[in-house]
Amino acid sequence: MGVETNSLISADGSPLLPGKMQDDILRGVTGELQDQGFVVANLDKLVNWARTGSLWPMTFGLACCAIEMIHAYMPRYDLDRFGVVPRPSPRQSDVIIVAGTLTNKMAPAFRKVYDQMSEPRYVISMGSCANSGGYYHHSYSVVRGCDRIVPVDVYVPGCPPTAEALVYGILQLQKKINRTGTLWR
Amino acid sequence: MDAALQDLGEIIAISLPDCVTSTEVVCGELVVHANRDSIIKTLTFLRDDANCHFKQLVDLCGVDYPEREERFDVVYHMLSMTHNTRVRIKVRTDEDTPVPSVVELFSTAGWFERETWDMFGVYFSNNPDLRRLLTDYGFEGHPLRKDFPLSGYVELHYNDELKRVVYTPIKMTQEYRSFDFLSPWEGVQKEMPVEAVADDNSDEGAS
Repeated sequence: MGVETNSLISADGSPLLPGKMQDDILRGVTGELQDQGFVVANLDKLVNWARTGSLWPMTFGLACCAIEMIHAYMPRYDLDRFGVVPRPSPRQSDVIIVAGTLTNKMAPAFRKVYDQMSEPRYVISMGSCANSGGYYHHSYSVVRGCDRIVPVDVYVPGCPPTAEALVYGILQLQKKINRTGTLWR
Repeated sequence: MDAALQDLGEIIAISLPDCVTSTEVVCGELVVHANRDSIIKTLTFLRDDANCHFKQLVDLCGVDYPEREERFDVVYHMLSMTHNTRVRIKVRTDEDTPVPSVVELFSTAGWFERETWDMFGVYFSNNPDLRRLLTDYGFEGHPLRKDFPLSGYVELHYNDELKRVVYTPIKMTQEYRSFDFLSPWEGVQKEMPVEAVADDNSDEGAS
């Protein structure tokens, strides 16, 4: 995944596809490395590349969406390819995937977990329940959207969303980080 | 099967004349209406008697009938593994009158009674740990009562100044939608009349 980064963008801004032009650039970089022992790059782009390449999500499965999230981690879709490795601790994670119905009773715990995550941190809201309360919108015990508790970066619609949809959502988040990425958020 | 259940019901009614008010078989299931104050005696008999042996308390729950004087039913479901039989015992109560707890007989009743207390506000005397089970800490009201509004009274959001989640009075931005299932646009399509279906079949048979 490392090759799909800012370092390989052609003059007009579109990503450079594998081929002669890409090979030339890569050869140039390796040549520079062998010649001088170092290469020069933009720090913010390098940081963004690192951030998008290792988005470790906090495991936060609350309901049936968690099953689809598990599917996305499993070998068929294999989120590990994108550097997405589920973490059991908020201290180690960069993104929290809210997969399922967020109830009133769970909300303080959820906020606490979010507060324990270190910056930069991102939130993916997965499924109708997390987006807006969904099926349980009128319930007395459900938070009507997890954006009432934490700021959300990417909403993945569906009930539940397919594993592909979640993978797409993660890719959208990578895009967002690349687009708006600054050193301090 | 129904006859056997009928017999079992009569045996129970005869053995517990003071405790059981009536028995009936509904949809192939035996229902025993019992007195609230002698529920422990009833369940002890059902558990220990050789004709019953209802050793498992499968479920204990409440039902709300708001139009009644004693508005709640407390329903006990029991299973006899030896006789492969189930029985349902119903007891009436209201908001203030406690029902004797059956934790002494079936330890599983502890959480069932907690849940019934939580959802209906039925009080169980002598339950050692009658706290709320499912709803939020500090929740007010009993959500499965018919007079409890669907969306409750409060909602939750994060307050950035207080740095914690806070409850506020509920404010629904969109009205509750009541679907008209008789409308041809919203509801299910009208089923084909029975006569028309029969005619189609006879036509097929003739040709």
